[in-house]
Amino acid sequence: MKRGKGETKSLWRRLNSLKNFPYFLIAPTVIIFVVFMVYPIVYSLILSFQEFKHGTYSFVGLKNYIVLFKDPIFYKALMNTFFYLIVQVPIMIGLALIIAVFVEEKHVKGKAFWRTSIFLPSITALVAYALVFKVLFNGDYGLINYVISALGGDKVQWFYSKWPARFSIIISITWRWTGYNMIILLAGLQAIPESVYESAAIDGAGFWKKLTYITVPMVKPILLFTTITSTIGTLQLFDEPYVLTQGGPDYATITIGQYLYNNGFVYMNFGYASAIGYVMVFIIGILSVLQFKIKDN
Amino acid sequence: MVNDTKKKSRIGHVVIYIFLAITTFISIFPFYFMFISGSNTNKDILSNPPKLSFGPYLAENFKMLSERMDILLTTYNTLFVSIVYTLLAVFIYSAAGYILAKFNFVGRTVIFGFIMLSMMIPTQVLYVPWFKMMIGAGMTDSHWGVILPMLANSFGVFLMRQNMLSFPTALIEAARIDGSTETRTFFSIVLPNVKPALGALVIYMFTSMWNNFMWPLIILGSKTKYTFPVALAMLDGNPTNKNYAVIMLATSIATLPILIIFLIFQKQFVAGVMGGSVKE
Repeated sequence: MKRGKGETKSLWRRLNSLKNFPYFLIAPTVIIFVVFMVYPIVYSLILSFQEFKHGTYSFVGLKNYIVLFKDPIFYKALMNTFFYLIVQVPIMIGLALIIAVFVEEKHVKGKAFWRTSIFLPSITALVAYALVFKVLFNGDYGLINYVISALGGDKVQWFYSKWPARFSIIISITWRWTGYNMIILLAGLQAIPESVYESAAIDGAGFWKKLTYITVPMVKPILLFTTITSTIGTLQLFDEPYVLTQGGPDYATITIGQYLYNNGFVYMNFGYASAIGYVMVFIIGILSVLQFKIKDN
Repeated sequence: MVNDTKKKSRIGHVVIYIFLAITTFISIFPFYFMFISGSNTNKDILSNPPKLSFGPYLAENFKMLSERMDILLTTYNTLFVSIVYTLLAVFIYSAAGYILAKFNFVGRTVIFGFIMLSMMIPTQVLYVPWFKMMIGAGMTDSHWGVILPMLANSFGVFLMRQNMLSFPTALIEAARIDGSTETRTFFSIVLPNVKPALGALVIYMFTSMWNNFMWPLIILGSKTKYTFPVALAMLDGNPTNKNYAVIMLATSIATLPILIIFLIFQKQFVAGVMGGSVKE
């Protein structure tokens, strides 16, 4: 009993020595990241070169990747994802910047109110808000179509034809994420010293000039940050198409994330799903480098 | 001339207010629509135009929902995974953040570098290996299977590290000179002084798990284990007797707790989004 106590004491002392303490405290994080991040990254790479046949996994080299690059549905997923990326991300970031600039304008009253209510959509679960939009986008009775026809337009069958289905997803994502990006951009705007704007005003710079010559260049790093995180998010888009369109009609809205899910967890084709995952990693890598390059110029 | 610019800027003000008002309306309206639809009938929702005020069918919808989904159990499941996940994450990440920010040790650069780099890794790449690991560990269809892999969250570690950076090193050294053990310094000097950052982390972790869909969808198989997002998707995915009023009521129930938490802890929400720059 006594010996046990002594041992605990010396262990306690060893833990608290300045040399050992950091290792004890960082250990849980290292263990978790090795088990659930490092190992899966490697495992997934290995799986992407394997195929499940006759009850075992066997090495098939680049077969999964070769099949993938001939897979028409994968191309559809790739094209859809890029379409969302090219159309939705700039619209959203632009909108977020404009809102942030407006809220930050010196004379605007009720800043906290605008900020809070415009941020509100980004607290919702993706499934939850997608369900609400599914009702709003309903082809025959949706409120959005009611407004369109009240304004003299034709009702849109949002989920049954290609382009409307894609736009229903773009509109939904924009609703969910614009406020989120606005908040991040606000922090950047608040860091710009007031004196810069004042001297620009003396030089006679108007709203537009101030925006393009001062604001945008000054928040460039944050614009880059929001663009990269939005890009990673868009490439992994899953919940919204799952709920709104199920990837249809005829794979017109399917995303890479959804195709990975279908292959991995509906058809249980782990090798193929891992190959899709690695193509995703590769794309994110390239796009991030590209975005850094654009920022430098 | 002066009058002209004044007039111009007044028009500018009006444009800004109109723009902000429209944006705010669009942001809030879907919430309103969701809440009122939970108190109307399916027919009210599927009419032209849909009913846009509160109706008397809340209790009836609630009864119908209870027949399709165990509301209490789903609430319990979602609360359980969210709370356990948050508690574990707060403990683990604040320790990691403190060490990464304030100690020099062999391996620090590698560990922090890897954590930064892994923010670029799409989580979905990890799901297949995670799933196979969970099968191996017998943790499929369990809440621990949802929680454990999700603890590899680089953003959480990053958030705590950034906040610990600004903690005054002099305080730590003073405690050391006074003879406080490293453990005591961490628990009774460092942690109580970074409460705002802990608040941001708690909110960020809790909401990200409460709203999490794809991983629970993969790992959970039985209805009795479902969290809200999975239960909602299943409710919507079932084509028999589809009732949008019931679905909107379920969606409202799943959203309400987060909405309340948000209205109380706005500052922490915002701090979580901004990567931890907590302003008092």
